Amino acid sequence: MRFAVVVFPGSNCDHDAQYALSSALGQEAELVWHKARDLGGADAVVLPGGFSYGDYLRCGAIARFSPIMTRVREFAAAGGPVIGICNGFQVLLEAGLLPGGMRRNRDLKFICEHVHLRVEATDTPFTRQAAAGQVLRMPIAHGEGNYYADPETLRTLADDRRIVFRYAAPDGSLDERWNVNGSTAAIAGICNRERNVVGLMPHPERACEAAVGSTDGRVVFESAVAALAACAPVAEVT
Amino acid sequence: MKAKVYVALKPSILDPQGKTITGALHALGYDAVREVRQGKYFELDIDAASVDQARSLAREMADRLLSNPVIESYRVEVG
Repeated sequence: MRFAVVVFPGSNCDHDAQYALSSALGQEAELVWHKARDLGGADAVVLPGGFSYGDYLRCGAIARFSPIMTRVREFAAAGGPVIGICNGFQVLLEAGLLPGGMRRNRDLKFICEHVHLRVEATDTPFTRQAAAGQVLRMPIAHGEGNYYADPETLRTLADDRRIVFRYAAPDGSLDERWNVNGSTAAIAGICNRERNVVGLMPHPERACEAAVGSTDGRVVFESAVAALAACAPVAEVT
Repeated sequence: MKAKVYVALKPSILDPQGKTITGALHALGYDAVREVRQGKYFELDIDAASVDQARSLAREMADRLLSNPVIESYRVEVG
């Protein structure tokens, strides 16, 4: 499968994502500059982590107006799988492709550590190979990952089962003390109504090889590969 | 024409920076301070034919870019 990894000025997890997809998962992964006219025929799009436009104004606020975002929006509207990781999640929120917003972390600290996530929804292209309730260990690295949704939005997310990942204890139980950044309802990741656009603060691309401490992130990308294989056109029967 | 745009987190949203500043002011002895809310301030120099036009442009810019309506509110002053 062919992944497009979008590169904004200030992205810094673009190469990590490309490496994870190509070397660790054996997929094609092309870096696509934010001023590119198209997504190069990609089957899936990754908006990577980093500090697009220096996080000036608000995280992701300026990147959402990058030319490539028009293509990403069209790709998403056509049902193509899109994943925003960390800053990529912030860009999706600012672009209105996912609901809610980000605040500074509850304790105002930039947090860089491994956390545990509970998979809350497995009917997205990025979680279909995971088991419901499965606990994934992967790193976070952000200062503004304190997800906010107003009560009405939160109710919609819950009713439509659009909360995809929650910060949890290593055994998968939920408790506010494991809610590392103070996010509303311990939300670490969500999806859109159509379920093809997923955003999460943790970094699955940094958890794809045992050498870096965890391989739990692989399931996110393996899910995308499986989802694409499932909807790939079947060879014509003559 | 000069327009000033003040952006701050909505009152319903916890402002951890404001809270920390409140604590620092209390440590300096300013016990009279009940709460601090921190925000952003923009000065726009706008080429506009009238105050109304400048105001409506500043509002449009605040809606589209300068603020995030999900978590922030803003106020515009012109002139």
